[in-house]
Amino acid sequence: VLTDEEKREIDAEVRKYHRQRAAGPEALKIVQKHRGWVSHESLKDVAQYLEMTDDELDSVGTCYNLIFRKPVGRHVILVCDNVSCWIMGYESVLEHLRQRLGIEFGQTTGDGRFTLLPSACLGACDKAPVMMVDDDLHVELNPEKIDEILDRCE
Amino acid sequence: MDKPLTKNIRPGREPMDIAEYEKAGGYQALRKALKTSASQIQQWVIACNLGGRGGAGFPAGKKWSFVPMGDKANGPKFLAVNADEMEPGTFKDRLLLEGDPNLVVESAIITSYAIEASAAYIFLRWAYKVAAARVTRAIGQAYERGYLGKNILGSGYSLDMYLHTSAGRYMCGETEGLLDALEGKRPIPRPKPPHTSSVGLWGKPTVVNNVETLANVPHIVTGGPDWFKSLSRTDEGGTKLYGVSGRVKRPGVWELPMGTTLGEIFHEHAGGMDDGYAFRGLLPGGASSLFMREEHFDVKMDFASTQKAGSRLGTGTMIVLDDRTCPVGMIYNLQTFFARESCGWCTPCREGLPWVRETLDAIERGQGQPNDLEILQQQTWLLGEGHTFCLLAPGAMMSLESGLKYFREDFEEHVRQHRCPWR
Repeated sequence: VLTDEEKREIDAEVRKYHRQRAAGPEALKIVQKHRGWVSHESLKDVAQYLEMTDDELDSVGTCYNLIFRKPVGRHVILVCDNVSCWIMGYESVLEHLRQRLGIEFGQTTGDGRFTLLPSACLGACDKAPVMMVDDDLHVELNPEKIDEILDRCE
Repeated sequence: MDKPLTKNIRPGREPMDIAEYEKAGGYQALRKALKTSASQIQQWVIACNLGGRGGAGFPAGKKWSFVPMGDKANGPKFLAVNADEMEPGTFKDRLLLEGDPNLVVESAIITSYAIEASAAYIFLRWAYKVAAARVTRAIGQAYERGYLGKNILGSGYSLDMYLHTSAGRYMCGETEGLLDALEGKRPIPRPKPPHTSSVGLWGKPTVVNNVETLANVPHIVTGGPDWFKSLSRTDEGGTKLYGVSGRVKRPGVWELPMGTTLGEIFHEHAGGMDDGYAFRGLLPGGASSLFMREEHFDVKMDFASTQKAGSRLGTGTMIVLDDRTCPVGMIYNLQTFFARESCGWCTPCREGLPWVRETLDAIERGQGQPNDLEILQQQTWLLGEGHTFCLLAPGAMMSLESGLKYFREDFEEHVRQHRCPWR
């Protein structure tokens, strides 16, 4: 069941588009912000609220890279694996992350602290290689810098 | 040299707030525009030959001129600002969005007025969190000062503006995919005609323009078409944000006259190759462009000249290939991206791109077969323009086709040696 706060935030999105179903992706992002991910139960609640079928909303929810349909860790690491970062050392960045976290892409550490995901170009190619941890962009990565960044995450 | 797009940008510092922006001449263009007819503004932009900076180069003024105007229009009409910068190797719109958000907002207001739109959506990439905060603030302040909302500055013209931050999909950067995404659907291309200028967002006339394209509009209104054209070194008006990434001395993005040569951008601005690396080639405009090499250093980097040289300007942000990076690996990386981002709507793209990716993967791992290169060559035709709904797959084929041409020996060496010579 959607909370009042979630409903209020979804209503604000609906007003932007003047149509309920247009707010679908944003509504899923709102649920994800509050609950960490979008379970099928929450998706059904959102669909009902927006007067769509579950399947209609699911087709949207399964399409976007940043709607998480499985639980994720407290911090989500998005590693840019696109061309400029690849040229500038993406492979060693990924190797360091895999070694340190002991997980592969799509997995979450046993303590629920980190989820590791690949990302399309993050638009900071002049400072490659880069990654995002939650909302923050980190550039010109090397193993020491990555350790520092991850150490700061609870 | 005039740099209208970046004159307010102070690297490493917060962007100008609205008061500073006004003091620097901001929102004067809107005041002038509101006293000018919409068709006059369209005429100015047409006269400038302002090509679309998202990559296609389609003249912005011409695009606007297709929109039904006045009583004939089946309103409400919409403007969508394409700020979904997701072309691999592209990082130019970020500069404007983070560096001068008020310019982005003012340019969207003037453009909306020029097509008589009643709502404008800024479609911003989810990853651009800093830009989202700054653009939100700029929109809010524009409302406070009466530049947005009802009866803007007493002109009788009304406009609402909204920020949409998307949820991450390359297809959202495609004009119709972007409109689908705004409507809350999966982003897929739509059959044409009808064109979005008459049947777009929610079936209403809609213009979709790139951020950099629109950022020129206030300056065209203020300075006029003659001045704007004089900024360029060719007959395509204005300046261009050019960028370079890869193993160069000074990777970055610079506002330069449209038509600056490739060699000048590479040597004088990017500083040439980093020590210990040699130049092999570059993709001039993001992942969806064709390789250029040293023999192209004299090419003027505008839409027409790059096309004549067998490539395309694309986004104008270049990705440099050095001698210590495997060209097959680079192209494999690019195809992996395109295969992942295909929306699956049409068969050649959905089935062909993974096939291309697997073939390149095999070659890179030393398991390539001698006829793999012929298969790849065929794919560049099968997935080429005219065989797919949108330009995702044809764009993907550009690096492959030109890569097979310029780096053929490297492909053959992989197959012959049963390994990647770079590993």
